[in-house]
Amino acid sequence: MIKAAASLPTSVKKKNEFLYFAFKNTKLRVGLGILLFFLVLMFVGPQLTEYEPTDFVGPSGVPPSTDYWFGTTSFGEDVFTQFVYGLPATFMVGIIGGGLATILGMTIGFIAGYRGGVVDEVLNILTNVILTIPALALLLVLSAYVKVRGIFIESLFIGFTTWPWAARAIRAQTFTLRTRDFVDLAKLSGRSSLKIVFTEIAPNMASYLFMTFILMFGGAILTAATLDFLGLGPTQGTSLGLMMNMAVLWSALPLGMWWWFVPPGIGITAIVGGLYIMNVGLDEVFNPKLREM
Amino acid sequence: MSLQVVNLRVFYQTLRGDVHALDGATFSIADGEIMGLAGESGCGKTTLGYSLIHLTLPKKFVDGWVKLDGENLPIGDTDRMEAFRFKKVSIIPQYAMSAMNPTRKIGKMTSELLESRKVRFNDILPELKRRLDLVKLPQDVLGMYPIELSGGMKQRMVMVLSTLLNPSLLIADEVTSALDVSTQQAVSEMLVEFRDHEFVKSMIVITHDISILYQIADSILVMYAGKPAEKASTTTIINSPLHPYTRLLISSLPKVGVKYSSQRLSGIPGNPPLLLDPPAGCRFRSRCPAAFAKCSQEPPFVEVKKGHYVACWKERGIYA
Amino acid sequence: MRRYFGRKLLIYILTFFIAVTVDWMIPRFMPGNPITILISRAGLRGNAVSEMYTYYLDAFGLDLPIWKQYLSFWAAILQGDLGTSIYLFPTPVKDVILRAVPYDLALLIPSTLLSWWAGNKFGAYAARSKKLDNTLLPLGYILTATPYMWLGILLAWVFAIVLGIFPVAGGFGFDLQPDLSWRFIGSLVHHWFLPFASLFIVQFGGWAIGMRNLIIYELESDYSHYLEALGAPRKLVRRYAFRNAMLPQLTGLALSLGAVVAGALATEVVFGYPGIGYLILQAINNEDYFLIQGCFLFVVIGVLLANFIIDVAYLIVDPRTRTGMQGGAG
Repeated sequence: MIKAAASLPTSVKKKNEFLYFAFKNTKLRVGLGILLFFLVLMFVGPQLTEYEPTDFVGPSGVPPSTDYWFGTTSFGEDVFTQFVYGLPATFMVGIIGGGLATILGMTIGFIAGYRGGVVDEVLNILTNVILTIPALALLLVLSAYVKVRGIFIESLFIGFTTWPWAARAIRAQTFTLRTRDFVDLAKLSGRSSLKIVFTEIAPNMASYLFMTFILMFGGAILTAATLDFLGLGPTQGTSLGLMMNMAVLWSALPLGMWWWFVPPGIGITAIVGGLYIMNVGLDEVFNPKLREM
Repeated sequence: MSLQVVNLRVFYQTLRGDVHALDGATFSIADGEIMGLAGESGCGKTTLGYSLIHLTLPKKFVDGWVKLDGENLPIGDTDRMEAFRFKKVSIIPQYAMSAMNPTRKIGKMTSELLESRKVRFNDILPELKRRLDLVKLPQDVLGMYPIELSGGMKQRMVMVLSTLLNPSLLIADEVTSALDVSTQQAVSEMLVEFRDHEFVKSMIVITHDISILYQIADSILVMYAGKPAEKASTTTIINSPLHPYTRLLISSLPKVGVKYSSQRLSGIPGNPPLLLDPPAGCRFRSRCPAAFAKCSQEPPFVEVKKGHYVACWKERGIYA
Repeated sequence: MRRYFGRKLLIYILTFFIAVTVDWMIPRFMPGNPITILISRAGLRGNAVSEMYTYYLDAFGLDLPIWKQYLSFWAAILQGDLGTSIYLFPTPVKDVILRAVPYDLALLIPSTLLSWWAGNKFGAYAARSKKLDNTLLPLGYILTATPYMWLGILLAWVFAIVLGIFPVAGGFGFDLQPDLSWRFIGSLVHHWFLPFASLFIVQFGGWAIGMRNLIIYELESDYSHYLEALGAPRKLVRRYAFRNAMLPQLTGLALSLGAVVAGALATEVVFGYPGIGYLILQAINNEDYFLIQGCFLFVVIGVLLANFIIDVAYLIVDPRTRTGMQGGAG
């Protein structure tokens, strides 16, 4: 194959190369764009509306108009306000829940992948057991008994039940990296296992870890939306899933009040979809073989 | 002439432009001849090898023509090449260890491949068994999965498979690179046996390891930076090369019995040029100890003695 | 092969064990005296109160030491006694659940299998047709990102409310009684269609994308290149790629069960479809803890069974597992 002239040190070249491709990559731009749009909306939105989500603002059940951009609910609340105030819940659950799941997955995945042997077997069994028990069923049951819930509790629930997915993926990657020469070298120079994992293996997997986090982020948002929809989300505040719950509960369907349930769904689909597309773009940036000619 | 290649140029399409990976190769191989194709990484030898059988994106055919057994080989046209692949031209790939479908028994894969190429498996089975014996593979490999074979066994299986239909031209791409020295010996001898049994007519052995070529090749073509540098019989290349690059290459080989303390191993300082925008003139110029003014013009690949071709202005030798 | 199933069995048994334990522990997490809470929530009066109190005392065995309570719970489970429903008193929990199970199976099995199969086929096509790929890819990502219940709501709105082709709720027409008449079966199918479509569509997106990526990966593998170099027709190369890509897809099927169950639960709630999902929600809203316990157990058992079936299927599809060469779907 063709050798590239090494006029710059390789690491600097690599970083520049990444940025170059990152900016050119359509999928990354589209995904990031969608995400940023909603983030901005989340911050700017409350300024655009003078109401609170549960304020009675006017006639109930009116379709979108210049006064009420997303129309009003059966209770005369402004849907746009609810939407904009519900976005933070979505992002928070995604980050906290997804982040927790990633951290747990990393811990278990690294240990299992690096140590191997009995430790790996045991952790594997643990992972598989939790993987097999349907998360939502467990969450339903747990939520039913914990009567007062906030976003934080919900995120904890989600983080603690969805980590196996990340653990499996990270373990597999760690396995392949562990047998590489630079790890053997580190072992020979007497580095402790923990240090090896953090200074040799993890940086090589940095891109993979980031992409795993993005997937967990998106997954957490979806799970939270479902929980909220079932009425088992936070007992206070508003969220997109909760909006859908209210809509269905208060007959938005038969009454044809589409403006009540369509926007929250679009919001969630767009954010999660944007995350997934961003992920594909990132994969292309980090993995030169995938780049299109 | 078994194989004739004239001015073959194959470029790689990249985002930054075309890389002149193979820029004008001209040579021929006679029936029964084993030609070694040697050079550093990136000199174009693998591109040349693959172009003769499987030219796909990002490689693109730019110029030149190829004739095999007097017949035009349409290497630029993937569909028309179908008729030649496996039957007239075949290849033992560098990745022979992973060249077989891991979820298929070897015999099943072979039969499906043959049937898809309109060859009845049962007709050829006796010959297949004979060849397995020749390479010392047990006949029950046909009932095994690739994962059950050792690296060397997989290599031999692929060798048998690739030559099963007696192609006119066999391209062996770095077949010994991943092996230990004694296995290298066995595999290279096997290649010669294939030629002697007339399983293949002529062979191109691509390698960066000239010592292998010394063992088995009749002639050697040395390439540099996408262009041929020198082609001659093996003895000539090893003992009396004319091109400065070849000379340096040969002299950089370790000789048996010579100790480090008495004679240092010399490499060739510098790097080959980037082929995205190749330099004008002789491409070896920047590293050549004998470069002079005329080297700013590209030297043609000419026949200076019978069967001995060089691309150098000092073709009568650098000490002439 | 024995080792393969041995490990699997260990995991299943362990999972079942943990699930039952969790199930048993949950009512005991409630603060205060669980029985009085249950009774007050049930809103019973008069004689019913004392009767229920003794019943509950007996049912929970709260006068027994903890370990005995645990063992008696196990004993009850193994005899198939899941207690009596509070919300649908006096129907035994088991009967309530068994009435709902057929609806779930009718929803889950066709939607999962069909979406897996169709998604795989489509993904394979997309991998080799640029045109199809350009439309499929974004569509697929949008579909996987769609929350199940939202698609359900949309379908219900468009097809049931606006177009009026399908009913919006229930397992069958409210005016009908279950019997084996064509009319009833027709009504069943009529009510089944939208929830089924909802589950099918979301899953389809995921499978199609997954398969497309896997096929592309397989087509770039060494064995594919070797076959192409030897002039094998595209059909053969594609066939091998497809067969090999199916393996991780099968593993993925096992892994996706949890998410699909979640999706089914949400979809049932949207359509008021009388499956276990709907039942769990009713149970939660009515604080029928026996029913919740029973449903949870059933769901776990169902998932374990499905996992087992997929493991067997994997054995059939990947010939290497039979020779003990490779791990399985777990």
